[in-house]
Amino acid sequence: MLMNKPNRVPLVHISKRGAIKWYAVLAVRIAAILLALIVCAVVTMALTGENPLSIYATMFKGAFGTSRKIWNLCQNLALLLCVSLAVTPAFKMKFWNIGAEGQVLIGGLATAACMICLADKLPNWLVIILMIVSSIVAGAIWGGIPALFKAKWNTNETLFTLMMNYVATQLVAYFVIVWEMPKGSGKIGIINQSTEFGWLPQIGDYKYLLNIIVVAVIVIAMYVYLNYTKHGYEISVVGESERTARYVGIKVERVIIRTMLLSGAVCGIAGLLLVGGTDHTITTTIAGGRGFTAVMVSWMAKFNPVVMILTSFLLVFLDRGASEISTVFGLNQSFSDILTGIILFFIIGSEFFISYKINFRSRSEREAEKEAAQNV
Amino acid sequence: MFEITSFFPRAVMQGVPLLFGSTGETLTEKSGNLNLGIPGVMYVGAISGVIGAFLYEQSLPSPDAINGFLAIATPLVCSLAGSLLMGLLYCFLTVTLRANQNVTGLAMTTFGVGFGNFFGGSLIKLTGSEVPSIALSATSSWFSRSLPFADKLGWFGEMFLSYGFLAYLSIITAFIASFIIKRTRIGLNLRAVGENPNTADAAGINVVRYKYVATCVGSMIAGLGGLYYVMDYASGVWSNNAFGDRGWLAIALVIFTIWRPNIGVFASILFGGLYILYLFMQTGENLALKELYKMLPYVVTIIVLIITSMRNKRENQPPASLGLSYFREER
Repeated sequence: MLMNKPNRVPLVHISKRGAIKWYAVLAVRIAAILLALIVCAVVTMALTGENPLSIYATMFKGAFGTSRKIWNLCQNLALLLCVSLAVTPAFKMKFWNIGAEGQVLIGGLATAACMICLADKLPNWLVIILMIVSSIVAGAIWGGIPALFKAKWNTNETLFTLMMNYVATQLVAYFVIVWEMPKGSGKIGIINQSTEFGWLPQIGDYKYLLNIIVVAVIVIAMYVYLNYTKHGYEISVVGESERTARYVGIKVERVIIRTMLLSGAVCGIAGLLLVGGTDHTITTTIAGGRGFTAVMVSWMAKFNPVVMILTSFLLVFLDRGASEISTVFGLNQSFSDILTGIILFFIIGSEFFISYKINFRSRSEREAEKEAAQNV
Repeated sequence: MFEITSFFPRAVMQGVPLLFGSTGETLTEKSGNLNLGIPGVMYVGAISGVIGAFLYEQSLPSPDAINGFLAIATPLVCSLAGSLLMGLLYCFLTVTLRANQNVTGLAMTTFGVGFGNFFGGSLIKLTGSEVPSIALSATSSWFSRSLPFADKLGWFGEMFLSYGFLAYLSIITAFIASFIIKRTRIGLNLRAVGENPNTADAAGINVVRYKYVATCVGSMIAGLGGLYYVMDYASGVWSNNAFGDRGWLAIALVIFTIWRPNIGVFASILFGGLYILYLFMQTGENLALKELYKMLPYVVTIIVLIITSMRNKRENQPPASLGLSYFREER
């Protein structure tokens, strides 16, 4: 058969990798992070005119400079990690829950409601128990609603959970005005500042230690739940292939709803820790974008709760460090978002080199293939 | 009772950024890419335009020396270029490198919003100029210039002719996008790519090219929404986070219009109206109630999302491969 145009043989051929050694994976990831740090340094240099070494020194100082800063870092790490753990079971099931922001807010709102409305009516210990229960229930309901519709009518969960964020935000905005203190200020100050009623107990002198312990327990529990229980197994099967799951007799609808209830409940705990254990107030921005950052933390760790400690540390470190840079050089605080973005792009991009192999064709191979194509 | 002649124009002005955003996102989603980076893209579109206009105004010897054509062209080109780069980045990561679309999109939103706020807050310091704030009134007046005879036509002029050219461009773009998607071969191919890239590939459609072009053009259109907001609606004054969550609202609008830009023209005005309804409601002392009014656009979107999935009509569904990367050799 004669062809007018010889078949074009592309230079590269991309194929899926089979098993890949763990150290190769690690090497790719480290290379990506190093490259990203170099790019970040170049960008910072262009904007501040400092040399990269002093930039990173400043970042370290911002993150670890004083013991207060270290506690702050650990506290932020714990909260981000908590939200990331919450979204993980859903993601493992390929249920894209990007509504963690709203679930955290609702959990926080339930906590604040208990603290404000039950003040001086019930004993402190009972209120704290009620706070824990109500925040968990509120978060679970907020996560359960989209799951219910996904299970029953296959409603797109990404978009549904996204919208639920803003419903939660406005609900919080509503109650902030209802409960505003003092009247007309448009915000809730520190709740029960004088009595510390409903505040989660402080362990020793360490303000944030309780949060850190709670999150550490959740890390272990989540690791066990996902890897060593029947539920965890069902989640993996549904995530890998819904059809297989149905075929082996797993009730997919039930798994979806159950997992999202769990996911929302852990988000609710994050809200509890934020409102009851840290800020003792509630605003519409109290979740601080953690719901979205958590998606990336969880995904970067490949849904492994223990690796998530590292990935959330990376993002929190960047955030604290970059905010130190912006303070020192008089730049805008959003600088950390730019650096975070750059690092994420590199890590996201590097995944390709882990799951795919690029095969370059040599010149002779291309010639041969071209010939073969012409002679068919 | 509120006056429709003052309510309607404000609803339209709120609706224009949403319409740009949703038209762009609809095009993108039709190719199977769920670009959750649209809020970031709109911020980048806005700030790129602002940077262009700022540098242009700074380069002028005096504010009177402004050239009408350059005043519009400079921010416009900068904005398009900025959002194009964002679109390319998204495509490179999700199409070429087949990364997860949700994660990439969210990372782009983080980056884009940060990029906008950073340069918005630091532009004056970085360029070493001596102005107190970014107020581009000279270039902005060219963007918000309406037709000369608009104010002579009474209520009709006020309701339909009082907007800057970008507002009309948004409507025209939406209708063109709608026409291309529904009535042309390119649109048919695009929908095929979004529904089932394997089949499209087998039919000889260049899947990668369609995804790239649709997403990049979509990003550029969405970026114009940011440009309209800052140059026309906000009269050239940049303030950080002022654009707010409109980017997510634009994504909500895509669902609300069940992936049809021509419906978006009317739906965006409706959404714009819902967005500012609280300003016109007589709530008296009860300020809290206003916050609940602001919830309306999202609640309405959720209801539409639920109803379309319950009725399960095939033409009202999201593109079947939405959110999935395509790899030819995968089975």
